[in-house]
Amino acid sequence: MAQAISLRISQLVKPQACLEDIFLDILVRVFALIPVGTLSFVLFMIIQKGADTITWQFLTQSPLDGMTHGGIFPCIFGTLAITLLMVLMALPLGVAAAIYLVEFAGPGLFFRVTRAAVNNLAGVPSIVFGLFGVGFFILFIGRNLDKMIQTGLLFGQPCMLWAAATLAVLVLPVIIVSTEEALNAIPQSQRSASLALGATKWQAIWSVVLPQARGGILTGAILSISRGAGETAPILFTGCAYFLPRLPVAKLWGVVPMINPFDQFMELSYHIFIMATQSLDAVKTLPIQYGTTLVLIALTFLLNLTAVLFRIHFRKQMGMVGVQ
Amino acid sequence: MITLDEEEYEKLGEEFQMESKTFTGGVSLRKETGDFRSKTTKIFVHDLDMFYGEVRALHGINIEIKERTVTALIGPSGCGKSTFLRALNRMNDTIPGTRVEGTVMIDYVNIYGQDVNVASLRRMVGMVFQKSNPFPKSIFDNVAYGPRLRGIHDDALLADIVEESLKKAALWDEVKDRLPTAAMQLSGGQQQRLCIARVLAVNPDIILMDEPASALDPLSTAKIEELIHEIKKNYTIVIVTHNMQQAARVSDHTAYFYMGSLVEYGETKTLFTNPTKKETEDYITGRFG
Repeated sequence: MAQAISLRISQLVKPQACLEDIFLDILVRVFALIPVGTLSFVLFMIIQKGADTITWQFLTQSPLDGMTHGGIFPCIFGTLAITLLMVLMALPLGVAAAIYLVEFAGPGLFFRVTRAAVNNLAGVPSIVFGLFGVGFFILFIGRNLDKMIQTGLLFGQPCMLWAAATLAVLVLPVIIVSTEEALNAIPQSQRSASLALGATKWQAIWSVVLPQARGGILTGAILSISRGAGETAPILFTGCAYFLPRLPVAKLWGVVPMINPFDQFMELSYHIFIMATQSLDAVKTLPIQYGTTLVLIALTFLLNLTAVLFRIHFRKQMGMVGVQ
Repeated sequence: MITLDEEEYEKLGEEFQMESKTFTGGVSLRKETGDFRSKTTKIFVHDLDMFYGEVRALHGINIEIKERTVTALIGPSGCGKSTFLRALNRMNDTIPGTRVEGTVMIDYVNIYGQDVNVASLRRMVGMVFQKSNPFPKSIFDNVAYGPRLRGIHDDALLADIVEESLKKAALWDEVKDRLPTAAMQLSGGQQQRLCIARVLAVNPDIILMDEPASALDPLSTAKIEELIHEIKKNYTIVIVTHNMQQAARVSDHTAYFYMGSLVEYGETKTLFTNPTKKETEDYITGRFG
C-alpha cells in the first residue's frame, strides 16, 4: 500500500517526457519562428537594398527624367495627406457607431444586423472598396452633387477627397471594433456613478465614458493607419495619379497653404506599384522602388509610434483604472 | 427641483394627504415617539411593484420615510432591498426590461410621473454604491463633477463647494494638500468617503447608500458610520446593510425585507428588541439568513 502511494507521488513529481511531447514542442517553436523570420527577412532585404537610395534629395525632390531619377516627395506628401483625411473621416464615424452599439442599441434585430455588417465589412477585399469608391462616391454622390449645386466637374471626378473616403470605409470596422472593446472595458459602475449624480446619458458618455476610452480609440486609430496607409487598391481608381508636376495644395484665401482635397495626388504604395509594373525601364528604377518601400514602411512605423506614445501618455493621465 | 406647475403640485399634495390618511397598508410606523412624529414625510411609497422582465422583484411595498432620519434596509441577499433602494432614484431605469407599478412620492411628487426629469431627481436623491467608484480623475475633479454638470464653472465657487463637501465627508484634512492628485491613489475607505463628498457636492435632500461599508475594514467602517451620524442632521438617509450591528448603530428606523416583500418596518430600537413578526426575529437573531 505504502509502496503504491509513493509510486504514484513519484509519477506526479516527475512526469516522463515522451518523444511525442518533445517533437510537438519543437514543432510549435518552429511555427512561432515563421512570422519573426519573415518579418526579419523582409526588413533586412529592404533596408539593405533601399538604404543607399535614401538621401536628402530623394526625400525632398520630385521624380525626374520619366521617373528614373529624382525623389519621391510628392508621394510622401500624398500619403500623409490622405492618411490624415482618412482618419478625420473614419474616426468620428467609427466612434459614433461604436457608441451606438455599446451604449444605446438593445439586443434587437437592428443591433444584430449592424454587428454582422461591421464584421463582414472587414472581410471585403480592398479592390472591391476601390470599385465601390468609383461607383458610389465619384459617380453617384460626386456627379449628383455637381448637378445639384452647379459646380461643373468638381466633385464628380477622382480626387483625394473620394480616395480618403474610400479608405475611411475600408478602415471603419477596425475603428468600430477597437472602440467597442474600449467602451465595453469601462466598468458599468462608472456609468452608474455619473448617472446617479444627475448626469444625462449623453453627459455620462461625454464626461466619463469617452475620456476613459481614449486609449482604446487611439488604438483603433493606430490600427486604421496601419491598414489604410499602405493600401493601393482602394485609391487606384479614386484619385491617385501616375505623376503630378505639382503638389495637391491650395492656398486658402490666397495665403494659407492647405491640402486640396479636390486635387489628385501621388502615393507611396501606388508609386511602388507603377514603378514595378508600368515603368519603361523597371530595372533602372529598382533602387527607387526599394527606397520608396523603405520610406513607406518607415512612415507607417512612425505614425504607429506616435499613436502608441499618445496612448501611453493617456494611460498615465488616467491613473490606474479603465485602461486596457 | 422637479418641474411641476403649481396646480399639479397642489393636486398631488392633496392626493397624497388623502392616501396618507387612508393608508393602512399594514406596515406603517408603529408607536412613533419623540421628535419623529413632528418630522414630515420625505418619501412615501405605496403599493410598489417592480418587475425584471417576468420576474417580480418587489411585492406591494408600502413605506413612509421621515425627513432627516436614517432608515436601514435589512434582509437576506436577493430579498429586494437594493432593488427597492434603486427604485427611489430610478436607477433601475438603466437596467433594460424593468417595470414599475405603484407610487413613489418624494416631497409629494410622484417620481414615476410623466413630467419628472430623471436627471434632476437623481440630483435630489444622491446615491453611494457598495463598491467605491471614483472617476479616474483628480480628487478635486471628482467632487466638482456634479456641480460642473449643472453648469457651474466658476473656479472660486467650485473650490468652495469642493472644500465644503470634503469637510462634510470628513475627508478634507486628509486630502487638502493633494487635491490635484488621482483619486485612485486614495485608500478604500477614503475613496468611499470621496464618493460621499461627491454626492454631497450636488446638494441632495436624500442620500441612498447601498452597503457603503461592506468592502471596508472596521476602522474605515467606523468612520463612515460616524459620518452618517453627522450628516443625518441635514439629509434623509436610506441605507442598505448586511450588518445587523451597523443597522442598529446608525439607523432610526429599520425595514426588514424578505422575498421582495416588506415584512416589518419600525423604529430600530423596537424592531431589534421586540419584533412583532416571527420571521424578523429569526433573521435578526441569526437563526436564519
